[in-house]
Amino acid sequence: MKGWRSARVPLIWAALALAIGVPIAFAAASEQLAWRGPVYILAGFAGIVALGLVLIQPLLIGGYLPGLSAYRGRRAHHWIGGALALAVVIHVAGLWITSPPDMIDALTFASPTPFSPFGVIAMWAIFAVALLALLRRRLGLRLRTWRIVHIPLAIVIVVCGVVHCLLIEGTMETISKAVLCAAVLAATVKVMADLWRKRTLRGERIPG
Amino acid sequence: MTIVVLSRRSLLAAGGAVLATGVLTNGVSSLLPPARADGLAPTESMTGGANNYRKGAAIVDRIGKGGFWMSGTVRRAGDGAPLAGQRIQIWAHTVEGQEHEPQSHGATLTDKDGAFRLEMPQIIPIFGQPHGHLAYDSGEFKTVFLRPIMRSAKETSLEAHFVLQPA
Repeated sequence: MKGWRSARVPLIWAALALAIGVPIAFAAASEQLAWRGPVYILAGFAGIVALGLVLIQPLLIGGYLPGLSAYRGRRAHHWIGGALALAVVIHVAGLWITSPPDMIDALTFASPTPFSPFGVIAMWAIFAVALLALLRRRLGLRLRTWRIVHIPLAIVIVVCGVVHCLLIEGTMETISKAVLCAAVLAATVKVMADLWRKRTLRGERIPG
Repeated sequence: MTIVVLSRRSLLAAGGAVLATGVLTNGVSSLLPPARADGLAPTESMTGGANNYRKGAAIVDRIGKGGFWMSGTVRRAGDGAPLAGQRIQIWAHTVEGQEHEPQSHGATLTDKDGAFRLEMPQIIPIFGQPHGHLAYDSGEFKTVFLRPIMRSAKETSLEAHFVLQPA
């Protein structure tokens, strides 16, 4: 028991580092990179990093990462949310530069690739959350209202982001990609379930 | 591991089913017009088929160093007669260049049976799908852009078939 307790902290952080680091390492070793230009490579990795950040977000806000106070976890959640929006901008801009007609098709939901609309929907949900988070204080949104807005958008980001990623045939290795996607889904389900339980315990009615 | 592979497959299958439904719907609706109710329906351009098209690619014996075969047929709508001497333009993201680059483009002519076959460099996945582009754009018939997808990035050939209607 004591051994587990002392090993728990580094193990959780190591698991997180592996969940994100291994898919990135596999992608960095992909033979596909040899046939891609630097901008396309950057755009692809921005997408992979974005998926990794989507894993960190529920872990931070749920307080599952040991050694972080609730306050620091929330602060980190805000900053990583901003980094996520930036990663998506780099992803889209890089793909636009690589092949403008393909990116325009995707953004206008006219793409032949089934994964594109999922990515575009996730992108708009990420931008919406980032914008609302920036304006939250100015708009005077209370926690309850904020959650009504953020939780559904977070679910959209996670589900659409995961589907987008799984359907793509690119530099990511299949198994490590699937494991990362499963971790993202599991972390999201966990934080949603905990929010739900807390609200039932307190007897509050926080819709959404 | 199995579950993981299965879930990816089922997602792909779901996507495929959606695409197939679209294709079937299109197929049926294009078969229905009374003018060609009993004939071979013309091929519709595929979504995104014209992306990175460069008009007027030269007729070549082979694109680049080759190693991959693009083949297909060109027939006339209605009676399905093979169309000889038709110019088909082909381009893709390959091991020798990106889609928009001139060296990734080439054209070939159909033989007396309406068949064409052009060797080109290995196609690799671009924008998440290993796919090629083909165009009929010579004026006599209505322009058609195709964007066939490879079942796997490891395949070394791809087919696309045109049924053309008068312009």
